[in-house]
Amino acid sequence: MTVALILVLVAIGSVVFHWLSPWWWTPIASNWHYIDQTLIITFWITGAAFVAVVGFMAWCVFRYRHRPGQTAHYEPENKKLELWLTVATALGVAAMLAPGLFVWSQFVTVPHDATEVEIVGQQWRWSYRLPGKDGRLGTSDVRLISGTNPLGLNPDDPAGQDDVVIDAEDLHLPIDRPVKVLLRSIDVLHDFYVPEFRSKMDMIPGSVTYFWFTPTRTGSFEALCAELCGIGHPMMRGRVVVQTEADYQAWLSGQRTFAQMAAQLAAR
Amino acid sequence: MIVTLVFFAGLMSVAAWWLVRQGLGTKPWLQAQPAAELVATGRPSLPTAKMGLGVFLAVAGLLLSLIISAYVMRMDMADWQPRPVPRLLWANTGVLVFSSAALHWASVAARRGNRPGVQDGLLAGGITALLFLVGQALAWRQLAVAGYRPATNPAEAFFYLITAVHGLHVLGGLVALGRAGTRLQAGASMVKLRAGVELCATYWHFLLLAWVSLFALLAYAPSVTWFVALCSAPFR
Amino acid sequence: MGDVADAAGAAIPHPDSEEDDLYHPHSWLTKYVFSQDAKVIGVQYSLTAISIGMVALVLSWLMRLQLGFPGTFDFIDPPAYYQFITMHGMIMVVYLLTALFLGGFGNYLIPLMLGARDMVFPYVNMLSYWIYLLAVLVLVASFFAPGGPTGAGWTLYPPQAVLSGTPGQEWGIVLMLVSLALFIIGFTMGGLNYVVTVLQARTRGMTLMRMPLTIWGIFTATVMALLAFPALLVGAVMMLLDRLLGTSFFMPSLVEMGQQLRYGGGSPILFQHLFWFFGHPEVYIVALPAFGIVSDLIATHARRNIFGYRMMVWAIVAIGALSFVVWAHHMYVSGMHPYFGFFFATTTLIIAIPTALKLYNWLLTLWRGDIHLTVPMLFALGFIVTFVNGGLTGLFLGNVVVDVPLSDTMFVVAHFHMVMGVAPVMVIFGGLYHWYPKVTGRLLNETLGRIHFWVTFLGAYLIFFPMHYLGLLGVPRRYHDLGQTAFVPDSAHTLNAFISVVALTVGVAQLIFLFNLFWSLRHGRNAGGNPWNATTLEWQTPETPPGHGNWGAAQPVVYRWAYDYSVPGAERDFIPQNDPTAVGMTR
Repeated sequence: MTVALILVLVAIGSVVFHWLSPWWWTPIASNWHYIDQTLIITFWITGAAFVAVVGFMAWCVFRYRHRPGQTAHYEPENKKLELWLTVATALGVAAMLAPGLFVWSQFVTVPHDATEVEIVGQQWRWSYRLPGKDGRLGTSDVRLISGTNPLGLNPDDPAGQDDVVIDAEDLHLPIDRPVKVLLRSIDVLHDFYVPEFRSKMDMIPGSVTYFWFTPTRTGSFEALCAELCGIGHPMMRGRVVVQTEADYQAWLSGQRTFAQMAAQLAAR
Repeated sequence: MIVTLVFFAGLMSVAAWWLVRQGLGTKPWLQAQPAAELVATGRPSLPTAKMGLGVFLAVAGLLLSLIISAYVMRMDMADWQPRPVPRLLWANTGVLVFSSAALHWASVAARRGNRPGVQDGLLAGGITALLFLVGQALAWRQLAVAGYRPATNPAEAFFYLITAVHGLHVLGGLVALGRAGTRLQAGASMVKLRAGVELCATYWHFLLLAWVSLFALLAYAPSVTWFVALCSAPFR
Repeated sequence: MGDVADAAGAAIPHPDSEEDDLYHPHSWLTKYVFSQDAKVIGVQYSLTAISIGMVALVLSWLMRLQLGFPGTFDFIDPPAYYQFITMHGMIMVVYLLTALFLGGFGNYLIPLMLGARDMVFPYVNMLSYWIYLLAVLVLVASFFAPGGPTGAGWTLYPPQAVLSGTPGQEWGIVLMLVSLALFIIGFTMGGLNYVVTVLQARTRGMTLMRMPLTIWGIFTATVMALLAFPALLVGAVMMLLDRLLGTSFFMPSLVEMGQQLRYGGGSPILFQHLFWFFGHPEVYIVALPAFGIVSDLIATHARRNIFGYRMMVWAIVAIGALSFVVWAHHMYVSGMHPYFGFFFATTTLIIAIPTALKLYNWLLTLWRGDIHLTVPMLFALGFIVTFVNGGLTGLFLGNVVVDVPLSDTMFVVAHFHMVMGVAPVMVIFGGLYHWYPKVTGRLLNETLGRIHFWVTFLGAYLIFFPMHYLGLLGVPRRYHDLGQTAFVPDSAHTLNAFISVVALTVGVAQLIFLFNLFWSLRHGRNAGGNPWNATTLEWQTPETPPGHGNWGAAQPVVYRWAYDYSVPGAERDFIPQNDPTAVGMTR
């Protein structure tokens, strides 16, 4: 009796906690509403399954608890019931998987007009690079990294000369323009994680990974590292500022290009 | 991972074939069990030790297939500098073939109850296997002297790793062979002897097969582009 | 044992190794220490696993202290914290759960439940335990090595694991990799035994479909472990070479703290593939024995045949096979080829179907049963609740696009602790309460058992259920100190403190269990041979605890399946497997 009651309380308590919990996702600031919607669908289906299972179990524990005269029913299997349950489960799974795969195909298909932005991770800070007037990022190599070339850009690549290098400052992005984020690391695994954008991807030394999103809300968002990268992992913070086009251009005009930076450093 | 998955699929089909024959569809709660079924179990068709070796070989095979997978995936990357494998490996391969043949001979002799034949076979197999290991060590030395150390290039790292893993398996086999030899010296019955010798022979054939595959991989894989492309394509 | 006919006209038959090879101990040392008896080895495995598990439990208290009350405890600095989480994770997954289910329960139960006298290769079995112990000692040694144990996280991802920004770079990582290699070698020796014993040493009448589900679970999990651990071995050896010889299997060219290193061209993703090719099956290596054991606990204590036995067996086999093609769902945001997401999300969600089916059959076994709420039954119920909860959150993380925001957050931590931490541990406790009387001849104290259950079950649920919501909020995992983060409200810190207090309470409750374990050895109620009125063979031994060789003069003969509970027309509400009475269904 008590056991059944506690089981019911666990089920009800979980649902109540879900509704009353002050801990919920951050307000979204990107185009990935679909991810949130898929998550909600999953919550409904799994929540219903959880309550049904624990509720049924509690009822069984109550109804078929051992009492004098209680005997169990001998029934090795019931094919029809098992088949019916399999089909129901498969439908539930499909209802979660189908929207999931649909959204994933959007997630991996970068729009053609997306602007490339590079984020470089190292222990334990972030740097950024924006393409210059030519709209292209120049090539880079870890082997070229030095005190005067912290991101290892190729000095012989003309496409890289006008790239805007942002070191130890915030990344600014214009609102409503799709961004393809190219991720590079020069030492260990990192992961550029802004909860409000919903999308993220690991950065792997030795290769370039990517994801894309469109910022849909102006504001300043905190970026964290989401892949263990050594003892400084929790301190690896950054900031992304999403601005209107005009504000963004004003900010951009104040930034240095790779060529300017190299010239300054050489002059020193 | 394609090589591993193919090997794995092979193992799975053996397991599936075996399971299907075990009557997984029977309803065990029904009482009317045929008497034959009672007799059938508890009398396995294969000696226990052989079954044990079979399971071990499956595991060892999977281990090698994983290394091959890693090798092929790594090979496809930019900084890979293939080197010609030492000529000595051809001679070593020949020695291992002879070793395997000698043990086969020993196992045939054991089946016929021919004690001196077993002794000759074991001795020849053991000595040639040792010779193979010495040859491998010499190949290492040749490479090291020529300046190709494990850290030089991934190709070298894999060469040392693969030959070392295979060599350790040969060493393990020699321990088992030594045990069979001791039994022979101690005058064990032919029945016991046969079991041990047959296991050694099976294991030696596995060693040979594994070596030939690995050698082919080391010597030829880089030139077979479709193989490399197939194996490494999706898993960069 | 039949001779294999061959073309050469076999004159020499194969030896009949089973009867005459049964090993006999001659001294106290060979009977209890260097024993080749699977029962003793099983107990040795269990005690070692529980001991090292206690170390991991203490580590979890320390990390909870830090998370709940950051800045209060000076000695938990970032290096120490990362060392704690790494060792906690690795010990719990490999050295406790795997070793206890397969080495402990497997060794004790396989021969007994199959009516065999012992494992088929007893000497190798003994070596397996000693190598396992050596692996544990090497692991423990890393606590005392210069620089301490590795702090790379239990996934040991390179390049971070071998670089200086990670604690334990000098010795810790080396000892960890060596210990893992030893564990795998030792496990392979044991695993060969478990598999071949199931294949070869079943007693007369014990067809595969008459085996208890415990054996099906352990057997399938062992096969999987034999096939999965080599991947970890390959990864460990390669990383060891990267660390010691300067090879570049997993190490790309990189700059560490402004210094160009000599590495070049290696692939960190390759390690992740190898690791998870082992790591995902590992989840089921822990889960399948738990599934099997819980099936038997439920059937026995609900006095009802397990519902849908055939479906249960098929599901175990299907889960075992499928679990090898889902590994990359741990790598959705690792930067692997994005199109893999489609394949691995589909396989991952498909595996939910046989798993759900098993769950339904446990519920349907309770349904119309005669439920005795004994301590093992309580733990089985606790398992169902936590497993359902953890399994359902798995559907979030397996569905590739939902995983993107949730990966690497506390949601993941909550999920896997619920599904492969709490749930299997519930089964381990249930199993220990259930089989302790067979091992010692005495029952564990019931009152202590109930207190232990309620604190552990409700406490664990209170720890991990709210933790999901921290993850949903976006709190990342593996943070020594969350500090001031814009999107994290103060209430989240309060929740963290609450979780820590509950975690310490649950931790203390485990001491009740340990006390019970030792106290009942002397003072427990005498159990007799079959205190639960169970059908399976281990309860039908002539002596309790079972003597050497298990069965006295003659091995039992099996006449029925393992689940003849409450058969209509039978005298009692159970019929042992070796009872030839012709009661039961004929059609």
